[in-house]
Parts: sequence; C-alpha cells; structure tokens
Amino acid sequence: MSKVINTESKDGLIIIYTDGYLNKDLGEEIQKIAYEHIENGELNFLLDLKQSNIVNSIGASILIEIIEKLQDVNGNLYLCNLAPIIEKTFNIMGLTKYCKTFKSQSEAIEELS
Amino acid sequence: MKKNPTVELKLPVLKDMELVATQSSEVIAKHMNLSEEKSAEISMALIEACINAFEHSETKTEIFINFIISDDSLTIKVIDKGKGFDASSIPLPDIDDKLVSDKKRGWGLMLIKELMDNVDYESDHTGTTLTMVKNKNKDE
Repeated sequence: MSKVINTESKDGLIIIYTDGYLNKDLGEEIQKIAYEHIENGELNFLLDLKQSNIVNSIGASILIEIIEKLQDVNGNLYLCNLAPIIEKTFNIMGLTKYCKTFKSQSEAIEELS
Repeated sequence: MKKNPTVELKLPVLKDMELVATQSSEVIAKHMNLSEEKSAEISMALIEACINAFEHSETKTEIFINFIISDDSLTIKVIDKGKGFDASSIPLPDIDDKLVSDKKRGWGLMLIKELMDNVDYESDHTGTTLTMVKNKNKDE
C-alpha cells in the first residue's frame, strides 16, 4: 500500500517522503498534508519520491492541483529523487515547467536554502 | 507459419489491478531483452490504458489484456466491453490550461502515444480495443 512515510521541516522546506505507487490515494494524502501546512503559512515543499518508482496520471493530476494552490499563495513545489520513468512522465505532461526537479534531496536543499 | 507467443490476462475492475498488468509486462519485457527504459515506458502506458478502460469505458465487468510477443516488437491489446469513445474527439491536454481549469485529468491518451511506438483504437458502442506497440532495437 502506498503512503506518506514522513514529513519534516528542514531549511525552510517542508519535505514530504512517499513510499509506493503515486496514485489517487497517495496524491490525496500528499495534498492533505500540503494544504495543512499552507494553512499555517508554510509555502515551500519538497516532495521526495525516492521510494516511489511508479505513478499514474491521476496522482500526477493531484500534484497539478497542489501547484495551482501554491501559485495562489506564492508558494513552490519541488521534486527530488525521481525514477527516470516518473521524470519522463512529468516532462511529457509539462508538470516540470512548474516544479523544479532535483537529482537528490541534498542537491535540492543546497540550491533552495 | 509459427504463431507468436501470447500472454492473456483478465482483470476485474478493482482498485490498483493495473499493477497486475505491469508485473506481467515486466516479465515479458525481460524475456524479450528489452531495455529497462522501454520496460518502464510499457508499464506506464499500460497503467494509463487500464485506468482508461476501468474508468471511462464504464464497463462493469473485466478487461482483457493480450501481450503478443514477436521477434521485433511487443504488441499489447487492452480490450473492454464498455460504451466506447471517439479518440479524435479528446482534446490534447496542456499544462497551462489544466492549471486554470477545474478538470486536471485527461492525460492518459497523450502519455500512451508518447511512450509507445504505435497506438491505435478501435471503438464502438460495444467496447474498445486499444492496440499499442513497442518496437525492439536491433541490439536488444
């Protein structure tokens, strides 16, 4: 079963760690967590997909909803540790135009903090 | 004439059953010595094809998947007995439009076309057959 396995605040970023298939259920779980943080004024998110190597377009569509919400509040969604097929899928969809991707979490933190 | 080996699956319309199809495609891709990249592209296209068949066809029963193995390609047929659709009437999604639209979904057909080498639909009111092909490289 796919799920969010951890959330932490680090160097001004809310880092969300997932495990398993990024489908509708996992997308909605990420969305719920992100929206709770947005309510608290925390607007910069790094989604670490190291342990998610498969996605579907429904899960990806929920990320688009999160990006839309963040655009309204001048926030950002970043992605790291993407499996090649997930990166390719997000590129085809154009999703990476709106959320920068990083090879690793350390690379993301170094550039963003 | 030698008949191409075929793997046939019948999937019930249940949550995450598309992953059963991807497990099969991974085994078949390995058998065919396809690259990991191609195997992942096939799995992703298959996920989208299954979701379309499960959701948009409104079929209440199962869907059928045939993997047809040949020397130079893998052909996958995803068959449902749903209401059918006109692929030409589906607009190409665009991220800029999606970001301001209430409807964020609708990416499946585009992803399938981008990830596979050849894609074709036959559809009428009795159901849809999606045929998609991934070619082998000469060195695979």
